[in-house]
Parts: sequence; C-alpha cells; structure tokens
Amino acid sequence: MRAGLRAADVLVLVVLAAWATPFFWQVRTSLTPDAELLATARALPERPTLIHYRAVVERSVMPRALGNSLAVASLTTLVALALGLPAAYGIARLPVPGKGLLLLAVVGSTAFPQIATVSPLYLLLRALGLRDTWTALVLANTSFALPLLIWLLAGFIREIPLEVEEAAFLDGAGRVRSLRSVVLPLIAPGVASAALLTFLAAWNEFLFAYTFTATEASRTVPVALALFPGVFEVPWGDIAAASILASVPPIVIVVGMQRWLVRGLVAGAMKG
Amino acid sequence: MTARQRADRLAGLAFVAPAALTVAGLALYPGLWVLWLSLQQRIPIFGITRFVGLEHYAFLGSDPRFWNAVRVTLVFTGASVALELVLGLVVALALQRQQVGRRLALSLLLLAWALPSVVTAKLFEWLYHPSAGLVNVLLGGRAFNWLGDPSLALPGLIVADVWRTMPFVALLCYARLLTIPPEVYEAARVDGAGRLATLTSVTLPLVRPILLVALLFRTLDALRAFDLMYVLTGGGPAGTTETLTVYAYRSLFQTLQLGFGAAIGVVIFAIVMAIAAGYLRALRREGLAA
Repeated sequence: MRAGLRAADVLVLVVLAAWATPFFWQVRTSLTPDAELLATARALPERPTLIHYRAVVERSVMPRALGNSLAVASLTTLVALALGLPAAYGIARLPVPGKGLLLLAVVGSTAFPQIATVSPLYLLLRALGLRDTWTALVLANTSFALPLLIWLLAGFIREIPLEVEEAAFLDGAGRVRSLRSVVLPLIAPGVASAALLTFLAAWNEFLFAYTFTATEASRTVPVALALFPGVFEVPWGDIAAASILASVPPIVIVVGMQRWLVRGLVAGAMKG
Repeated sequence: MTARQRADRLAGLAFVAPAALTVAGLALYPGLWVLWLSLQQRIPIFGITRFVGLEHYAFLGSDPRFWNAVRVTLVFTGASVALELVLGLVVALALQRQQVGRRLALSLLLLAWALPSVVTAKLFEWLYHPSAGLVNVLLGGRAFNWLGDPSLALPGLIVADVWRTMPFVALLCYARLLTIPPEVYEAARVDGAGRLATLTSVTLPLVRPILLVALLFRTLDALRAFDLMYVLTGGGPAGTTETLTVYAYRSLFQTLQLGFGAAIGVVIFAIVMAIAAGYLRALRREGLAA
C-alpha cells in the first residue's frame, strides 16, 4: 500500500514535469549554440553556451525593457495599494453613501474587456500627453488592478473582529490610525498576496503596453519580446534567452512565495 | 446622527473617493466613451470624424470577416475551457492524493500559469517549428506546419492556451478539495462506497460550485483573450485564428478605423456581459454568489 502510494506520487510529479516541458525546452534552447539548434533529437546541447544571453544583454533592448517593466509593475503595485487599501477599509467598515452601487461598479468593471476600453484610453492618454510614458502604463494597469485588489482586501478586513478596533478607538485613535496600526499589521499576509497578484498582472500585461508605448523609453518586457527583431532569420536562441529573462520575476513570485500567492488567488475566486 | 457617525461618513467618502475616481475615470468612463466612439466614423490620419449612427453595426451584420471571427472566438473559447476544466479537475484529484512533494508539484503546475502570455506564445512558436520544433520531433519526425496550415493553427493555438491556463483551474479545485474534512471520506468508506462511487457522489458534488466559478472566470478570459493569438499566429493563416479581439485590434490600430474597431469592441463587451449575467444567475441558484 505504502509503496503503491509512493509510485503514484512519483507519477504525478513526472506528469507535471512533463507539463512544464515547453518551458524547460526554452531553457535548453537558450543555452544551445545556433549551429546545434536544428539538431532537436538531443535532450541537452552538446556544447552549452551563454552566447544568446550575452547577445540579449549587450545588443538588444531587453535590459531597458526589464527596467521599464520593473518600474511599471512596482509603481502599479504601490499606487494600487495606496488607493485600494483605504477604499477596502471604507467599504468593509464605514457607512459610505451609495455603497451598493459602488460595489456593483467594482465587480462589473472586472468583466470589462480591455480591447473595448483600449481605444478610448488611448485617446485619453494621448490628450493628456502621456503617450509612451511609464505614467500611462501605471495609470492603465492600476485602474485594471484596483477592483480585484479592493475586493480581496475588503474580504480580509471583514475577517478582523470589530472589538479589536474598538479597543484602539477607546484609546483615542481615529480611523486612519486604526487602519495603519491595528488593521494593516493583521492583514499583512493578505496584503502581500494581493500585492504579488497585482505585480504579476502588471508584469505580464501586453495589450495596454503594446498600444500606449512607442519607443524603448517605455516599452515593457512583453512588448520588447513580441517585437524582437530578426535581421535575415528568426534568432530562436536569442528569443529563448530573452523569454527566460522575462520569466524570472514571475517564476520567483510563484515558486518562492507560493503560499501567499495561492492564498490570494483562492480567496479571490471563492469570494468572486 | 452622532458626531462619530458623521465623522465616519466623511472618513468613508475620503477613503473610497480616490480609488473610485480612478476606476471611474480610467475604466467606467472609457467603457461609456467606446459606445459613443462606435457611432462615429473616425479615421485620425485623414482627420475624419463624423457621426454615422449604427452604420458600423449594420456593416458587421453582413461582414463575413466578422462572422468568421465570431466562429473562431466561440470554437477557441468552447474547446479551451472544456479541456481546461476536465484536465484541471483530474490534476486536482491527483494532487489531493499526493503525500510527498506537494510543494514541488504545485511549483511545476503553476510555472505555466505564471509566465507572461507573450512568453508562452514564443515558447510554442518554437515548439511548433516545422523542421526543428519539438512537437514534430516527438511525433516521429513529421513535418507538420502547425502555425501555417489553416486546419492546424487553431488546434495549435488551443493547446497553447490550455497549457497556460489549466493550472489555474487545477489550483482552484485543489484548494476546494483540501477543505473537505477526512470524516466525509471515512463515512463514505463505512457505507461501503467504492472509489468510483465516492468520486461521483461525494467529491464531485462538493467540487461542483468551484468548478462553476472556474467556468465563469475561464470563459470570460477566453472570450477576451488577445495576447496569445496576436503574437503566436497574428490571426493567420487565412484568418483561421482571427478572434474578435484580434479583428478589433487590427481595425483600431493597424487600419486606424477607431470607430469601426470600437464597434467590434462593444460587441465583445456585450457578449462578455451577457455571459457574465447568465452565469451569475446560475451561481445564485447554486447559492454561491451574493
């Protein structure tokens, strides 16, 4: 019985590793010299090389794009938290006029297709002189991230018993101080998972970034990768190296911070 | 109203207003603006802006490219979502029995979901390469032109999408399975239920609500999907993978017909909202949504 279970465990791991093969294959490709790229039969390259990574780092727009993505995704996360946390507290705890309508708008806007709002947003951002800037992407990503963020955080805040806060009020604390020094520490794990989900979504976002950017001044990683140039033939090795670099932050988030992330994801779906 | 209540109302407004204004200005307002845009003929490079009423919608009614995009979108959504739900549920059930290496298993599972969709597109473009792609090699050295053959491109695209999003469904189902108390299975065993009976009359009914939630999320996302097909196939070959989103994008930003592209966007909007409303009604019947 025990041995049988072990075999089943191994089988599941093997199947899931096989599912991840497309990624591992790209890792292999990124380490394979051009001359060997067509020799697909070998599982590993005969002479592994870092030449594609050097090419990407030294002669492509990827370093710039990685910087842009890091900035845009971090700023999106910060701005969304700064706006979303008080809003979540207000919705969970305070008598906000028109709360029902507000909640409906929050939930409804998560179903908005980006492709429908992208053209008015483009006209709006162009009119504001924000084309091809980080600001445009941060604004667009924030507006897209806020509904889910507010929804998640309001759920976490509701789980805190009212009495915990009452004690702070008796000590003379106002709403702002209660939020900052009582509520925030208690929901910190929830805030972390919501922040990770926001960062991940902003890092991976393509449609807005592709539309609102025009030069490498603001092009993010997915855009740079989609537009990766080839002179005479497709540089498969370089593309593989660039896509591995683009995948590092998401993989670190998912593998390294699995528990927090899973918590946020599941909470979002259960409540949504 | 006491002083404290008045203070709370003010605080509530002050707390909610910044976020509400941001969402209103950058999501709801564009959502209304696109309706107005779709009633105009607007071609910026020629400086054309004029009101045309429902002309774009009337044109779409008899536009074969539009109806092809509707068909492609529905086939893509139906096939992707069905495969994701079945595979995701199977993986979740396997993970539930996992005793050793759950963390590793979850990491391997979530890898595909975490990657940017543009990366997924690049991964599969190379896997589908006619002569050097891993897929053809594993098929015994075939020379299928996956992305260039009109009959293979859409299945190829669906496979890439299932690869990317199955983990999300698996994770949701797995999380639900974890909350089933062992006593439930114990009771089923005492009642003499076999494995199959336990699965069909204990596990599946308990997973059903979360499967419906996953069905809603995945259907809406598949209808709105854009990155994967735009980068992997660009809608080709011969329009066989051109979804409504790709048709809308090409109209908006490649042929620069903002009004016409907006009209296609509004159609996608309407389909998504109709399906969301239908699902929510079904979920409410299940006693799930508030």
